[in-house]
Amino acid sequence: MPPLLTIHEVTRHFDGVQAVDNVSLGVKAGEFVSVIGPNGAGKTTFFNLIAGTDQPTSGQISFDGQSLVGLRPDQVAALGIARTFQNGRVFANLSVLDNVLIGTHARRTSQQTINPLGELWGAIVTSRALREEEARVRHDAESIIALFGERLTPRLHHPASSLSYANRRRVELARALALHPRLLLLDEPTAGMNPTETAEILEFIRRLKDQKLTILLIEHKLSLVMELSDRVIVMDNGRKIAEDVPHVIRRDPYVIEAYLGHRRPSADSAAEMTALDRTNANVQARTAP
Amino acid sequence: MEQSLSIFFDQTVNGLVIGNIYGLIAVGLAVIFGVANLINFAHGSVYMVGAYVGWYSIMQLGLPLPVAFVVVAVICGILGILIERVGLRPLHGSARIAPLLATIGISFILDQLVQILFTPDPQRFESPIPAIRIPIGTTSIGLLDVLIAAVAITIATLLYVFLRYSKLGWALRATSQDREAAQQMGVDVNQVNRIAFALAAILGGIAGLLVGMYFQTVYPTMSAQAVLKGFAANLLGGLGSIPGALLGGLLLGLVESYGVALFSTSYRSLFAFIIVILMLLLRPNGLFNPKRQLPPEPLTGTFIPNNKRIHIPVWATVLGGVVALSLPFFFPNPYVMQVLTNAWLIGMVALSVTLVTGTAGQISLGQAGFLAIGAYTASLLTLRLQLPFELALLCAALFTAALGTLIVLPAFRLRSHYVAIATIGISEIINQIILNWRPVTNGALGLTNIPPPSLLGHEIVRPQEVYLFAFALLVGVALLQWKLINSPLGRVWRAVREDEVAAQAYGINLNYYKGLAFAVSAFIAGLSGAFMAHMYTYINYQTFTIPLSILALTMAILGGMGNILGAIVGALVLTILPELFRDLMDFRYLMYGVMLVALIRFRPQGLLGTE
Repeated sequence: MPPLLTIHEVTRHFDGVQAVDNVSLGVKAGEFVSVIGPNGAGKTTFFNLIAGTDQPTSGQISFDGQSLVGLRPDQVAALGIARTFQNGRVFANLSVLDNVLIGTHARRTSQQTINPLGELWGAIVTSRALREEEARVRHDAESIIALFGERLTPRLHHPASSLSYANRRRVELARALALHPRLLLLDEPTAGMNPTETAEILEFIRRLKDQKLTILLIEHKLSLVMELSDRVIVMDNGRKIAEDVPHVIRRDPYVIEAYLGHRRPSADSAAEMTALDRTNANVQARTAP
Repeated sequence: MEQSLSIFFDQTVNGLVIGNIYGLIAVGLAVIFGVANLINFAHGSVYMVGAYVGWYSIMQLGLPLPVAFVVVAVICGILGILIERVGLRPLHGSARIAPLLATIGISFILDQLVQILFTPDPQRFESPIPAIRIPIGTTSIGLLDVLIAAVAITIATLLYVFLRYSKLGWALRATSQDREAAQQMGVDVNQVNRIAFALAAILGGIAGLLVGMYFQTVYPTMSAQAVLKGFAANLLGGLGSIPGALLGGLLLGLVESYGVALFSTSYRSLFAFIIVILMLLLRPNGLFNPKRQLPPEPLTGTFIPNNKRIHIPVWATVLGGVVALSLPFFFPNPYVMQVLTNAWLIGMVALSVTLVTGTAGQISLGQAGFLAIGAYTASLLTLRLQLPFELALLCAALFTAALGTLIVLPAFRLRSHYVAIATIGISEIINQIILNWRPVTNGALGLTNIPPPSLLGHEIVRPQEVYLFAFALLVGVALLQWKLINSPLGRVWRAVREDEVAAQAYGINLNYYKGLAFAVSAFIAGLSGAFMAHMYTYINYQTFTIPLSILALTMAILGGMGNILGAIVGALVLTILPELFRDLMDFRYLMYGVMLVALIRFRPQGLLGTE
């Protein structure tokens, strides 16, 4: 079976800096792949290239046989690729429900945005078909929000700006799921979360994985990565320097050096990992072979 | 041959002289843009004040020219410090557009104050420089021309040396690079801003004085186009670059001078606006920098503070509507009818702004352009094609929607205050086209004898009838807009306003939805303009100008951005208030300016709250 997402020798320069340098990768349907590497390794740029937020200088990216190069982010989204952002970008003055409903937009475009006049007319007179669709996606959005239980449900109509940081990240995740993605790009979904919240998100992502959702994850918390991933990619200076199953990556000398500082990981405690993770920006990264 | 060469020479000298002045204005704008990242719309007014101070010093007080220069520098420098204190410092941390709007308010205030003090009429300004011409070959160059060039070059050199080698200049440059970091390093950022504003104002004032002497006249409205010309020069040389601003000014001066020689003087302003639009779209970093990338922008440039909306119950809204509807039957005072009719018509414009700016987040300062398109289209349809009024009204609104969207389309890739500037430019270009497209628009003379509004063959001329017609249009438009913003489409617009990047990542085609918002907005504004034209029975290229766009935006801010009822309340308040104080009628724009500055400072969410 060909991979769902194929990335072939993709490169992105910024004024002479090789943000992403000749990276290739295939992600099969239902697979869980993680990307790790020190800050500035090019992970987010790599995501941006897939999501259409940025365009590669050279190389090919294709999704389910269709090339993504040259597509706008909204066109990529319409193909069923949802992403979350590193710093959490919710619509601050929109309610939790409206935020998640925006996630359903890409699914609705086929019926709704046939032509501008049709869309305006539909918004003014509200046909039955449109009302039913709105009710359907609303129900869908509410059931996705319900997956987060008491965290979000009581705040359905609160503006996103009133939520705690962790809750905003949850809203973002819910919004991504509302797109019913065939590929989910998660950019550090637990950044800035405490251990309890991190464990909660881990469980949540594990359930998504169990449902055979194809996921590409950027994460610094190695415990999370090792536990969830089918495969791990290590990036440094824009290059892919290693790719393997988690237990091999765990023994990779470079990863040990970069993340743990010449020391084999001892107990896999999340708290300890987090503390170590914080230091890894300061670790002098080895230049790749 | 010889003669055309001499004309060419004259035009070149002329262009370089005017270009030096544009350069001085542009350098002032660049200094402020550099440290505060703000396009200071009050700069044109400072320039005008400088011209008046110079005129007063020389013509009324009889001071010698060098003393006049000093007086202008001192007064304008103080003015610059005041503008920084009122328009910038208190707004630190609010949306980037807030200080820009505040400087627009300040420019209203300054323009009006000068009008009150010295009347709106032009004042004769005899240059104290003797009219000696220095012969060069077959032609000659005036002493004043030389003086202007000398002053501009001296000032630019001094400024360069100051920025490059003095400690303060170093602090100024550090602040423009990174405000926070400069502050960390012990730079007093407020002090730097103050100095930048004072410097810029001195440059603007001196430019005004020179222009006053050059054209031998000063008048309050000379401020209007100075900012856009300065901004055009700035864009040519690269925003924020001081040598670039001077070069851009010279280039703009030459383009205008040659352009006027080739076409006609009525095209003069068109060049600057076209340069603004072209540069923003094609080379936003200036002619000398090839990268197509705007300086970093906040991701959301909207003017939407977090707030609680004041909920107006439905019955109160309906009651208000019923009162407004029954007014002509119980109190058909023609004067009241006329004032309120104006309120309803401009209320529609406020609605159109609140939709595109409040709901969809695209700051438009160009609604007047849409009004003009609607007005001219409807009038031409009834005048030339004898179409019935109702049909002309509808066609005009639809045509405005189509044409309006088409012409703002290129601005969609811009964000935040660049959209604001592009829309101003576009609206001015529309007026310039109307002025110059004589066979169709009748040029400067405008269209006369436009038939009054009519309904099913019945002419609507009695004030009560006009009132009712306008009110019905307003209610219809408000209901339409209410449906729209509460539909899934409204949700999409708000998402675009909040965060374009995230919205696009979730499948929202930005250009398409911005286009839809502008189309509806232009439709509403076009409808209002078409009705106004038939009500006035006379329009020309100056009927719908930038102050009207700004007034409509002020109304929308007053009521609460994106808030439909708010826009109508805002229009009512700002139309009725000046009427209540009849004596203050002449100071209307002074009041609007004060209102705009105060609102942005103290209640940016407006009376009813943003939606």
